[in-house]
Amino acid sequence: MPMTYFIAIILVIGVVAYIIGRQRAAVHTGGAVKQHSRPHYHAWWAFLLATVPALLFLIVWSVGSSVYLERHIEAQLPPQTADSAVPNRSLELGLVRSLANGLRRLDAATLDKLPATFAELQPMLVAKGVALAPDTQDYMIPVAVETNRASDGLRLTGGVIGLILSLAGAGIAVRGIQPRTRARNNVERIVLWALLGSSTIAILTTVGIVLSMLFETFHFFASVPLTNFFFGTVWDPRFAAAGAGDSAGQFGLIPLLAGTLYIALVALLVAVPIGLMSAVYMAEYASRRVRSIVKPTLELLAGIPTIVYGIFALVTLGPFLRDLSAALTGGTPFIQAQSIFTAGLVMGIMLIPVVSSLSDDIITAVPRAMRDGSLGLGATRSETIKRVILPAALPGIVGAVLLTASRAIGETMIVVLAAGVAANLTLNPFEAMTTITVKIVNQLTGDLEFNSPQTLVAFALGITLFVVTLIMNIVALYIVRKYREQYE
Amino acid sequence: MNIMTEQKLEQAVGASMTAKTNEVIKMQGRKVGVFYGEKQALFDVELDIRQNQVTALIGPSGCGKSTFLRCLNRMNDTIDSARVTGKITLDGEDVYDPKIDVVELRARVGMVFQKPNPFPKSIYENVAYGPKIHGLARTKADLDAIVQSSLQKAALWNEVKDRVHEPGTGLSGGQQQRLCIARAIAVAPEVILMDEPCSALDPIATAKVEELIDELKQNYTIVIVTHSMQQAARVSQRTAMFHLGYLVEEGATDKMFTNPDDKRTQDYITGRFG
Ligand SMILES: Nc1ncnc2c1ncn2[C@@H]1O[C@H](COP(=O)(O)OP(=O)(O)OP(=O)(O)O)[C@@H](O)[C@H]1O
Ligand SMILES: [Mg+2]
Repeated sequence: MPMTYFIAIILVIGVVAYIIGRQRAAVHTGGAVKQHSRPHYHAWWAFLLATVPALLFLIVWSVGSSVYLERHIEAQLPPQTADSAVPNRSLELGLVRSLANGLRRLDAATLDKLPATFAELQPMLVAKGVALAPDTQDYMIPVAVETNRASDGLRLTGGVIGLILSLAGAGIAVRGIQPRTRARNNVERIVLWALLGSSTIAILTTVGIVLSMLFETFHFFASVPLTNFFFGTVWDPRFAAAGAGDSAGQFGLIPLLAGTLYIALVALLVAVPIGLMSAVYMAEYASRRVRSIVKPTLELLAGIPTIVYGIFALVTLGPFLRDLSAALTGGTPFIQAQSIFTAGLVMGIMLIPVVSSLSDDIITAVPRAMRDGSLGLGATRSETIKRVILPAALPGIVGAVLLTASRAIGETMIVVLAAGVAANLTLNPFEAMTTITVKIVNQLTGDLEFNSPQTLVAFALGITLFVVTLIMNIVALYIVRKYREQYE
Repeated sequence: MNIMTEQKLEQAVGASMTAKTNEVIKMQGRKVGVFYGEKQALFDVELDIRQNQVTALIGPSGCGKSTFLRCLNRMNDTIDSARVTGKITLDGEDVYDPKIDVVELRARVGMVFQKPNPFPKSIYENVAYGPKIHGLARTKADLDAIVQSSLQKAALWNEVKDRVHEPGTGLSGGQQQRLCIARAIAVAPEVILMDEPCSALDPIATAKVEELIDELKQNYTIVIVTHSMQQAARVSQRTAMFHLGYLVEEGATDKMFTNPDDKRTQDYITGRFG
């Protein structure tokens, strides 16, 4: 019986406990003793007691049994020697496991007279749509059968214990229903734990991601010196020569970092003024009708996938700018089809709705009293905006801009298509350059050894990107706080 | 009821016609009506504001006092749905004339709001805001002088002279309200409109602001909305009573509080409704 059945049964027990609990608690309402918790709290408590411990047990049990099974398989395999058919233990375990899974597809009759060799077995499995690695060995077949038997046994035991736990929990909760039982407090506590658990998961995931990146980054720096990475001005990982002795390649971060910041800067130069001004227009000038049309339209822009912007840049804008510049100089174009300028421009367009919708919320949040105060002194609308509203909204706007900058720095698709993948180091915005994210993708796609510096450099790049955005956030917080101290 | 109101109105208008010779009519409302969308909030209000006097607007909540006050310097323009009919003049000029520059008007008719609303800037910057916008000061020294004299007139200078560069939001509620008055004075207005300026203040701060209003009337014309009968009686020379969007009656404060013509005024003043 698969685990899902047990889980379903436990949930059914929970629902039954809920209903019974509710009825039992309802009997007490209006009695002589004032009830501590309302009936639905008793009901929820019964549900939780019937399901949570049992489900937790099932999770622990299945983790424990898979560890046990692994030992169990290993014990039955012949010891590893230099001339074992499968050179690697973990590979061997993997083969047995997939064989065991494959065997589950066969019907009982076939399983009873299972052939002894893999050569005979394979066509049967293929007929059932199971494709296995050809180096599966004959001696693995009995092991796999035994594995399946053991795991069935474990699962049944676990499921039954889970059911007993569930019934016991339901019984305890339902029997415990008294007028003064503090079911409400119990439920609240569980809710608290659940919320706490969720936020812990978020934090732990972040920590996990950072740690795993750090770990791989250390690997990378074992083969490439820190200074070469951080101060190197040439990016040339030399894929072709990977693996050959002294050809580590050059991993200079500078061109990528410069490209990232340059493109982000151009994008912000486009997005921040336009976005901010359209936010001011929407918040201060537009009538309600205009606003109800313009705002959703602007936000529609934010919903366009970035790859579409990239295509627009590659197919339309890039060639147009090139031809335009060619026409201007009368022959040679000074804007290349793929350039920082094109990428920044398109990315800026993509970011306009981000800036404007964030700033719009911030500007509308400035109290009406500020506006009235200024207008009442005979200030014009634009003076009011410039001297009162924007300063009051500044911390929020700085936050919005930095948030936008993070997005610009993390953007990949537009850059690949609009600025290219060539890691140049140039100040001319009309030439091609590339960014950190693009190179991360570049290094990780393709058929590469995972341990080579060519691949590991992606993690170093990732960490660098992480640190850059982290610093930006810290700066943003600092600015916001300084401003607050001054005015509140 | 309408007829009665009109009768009273005629009397009130008659009274204003018989203004003493040394009294100058600064602002005048004739048949002022205000609509918020379809809903009419103010009906045919006829009211004179005399120069260098304090005029108090009283009446139960929602009767249109703030609405009328906001007509006087066209702050109702900032409300999308609001529409004003009738005629309001300042020194005989129609305030709603398209040729009138609303920015200039608001510099001449300043406003202090119910809740103190200093800008999130320093005390100095708060007061200097208006003069800077209107270019009233040529040099930094001029500006300093304006700021200082405004703060002095608002009776705030002594309390803040050592910290004019600290944030205005860091002052107490009463100080903030006096800062807002200083801010309004700094533009050198002719009329100052105050909408319940003391409603957020304690009795001591209120006393200070009232004292200040009394002094300010030497140089300015003041219109004040208040819910406090004592305050109206203490600071104002003229009182106008509003009810449900109509001006019920208007007259010298002494007479209004001792011997009002209209029963509704009597009831309101003695606390029988509102
Ligand atoms: N912006 C607005 N939009 C729609 N209706 C409004 C608006 N402002 C005021 N009103 C309506 O106009 C009427 C008069 O309001 P007003 O604010 O002038 O009253 P008030 O006498 O100042 O009252 P209070 O003493 O409570 O301040 C009220 O019925 C109010 O609901
Ligand atoms: Mg009001």
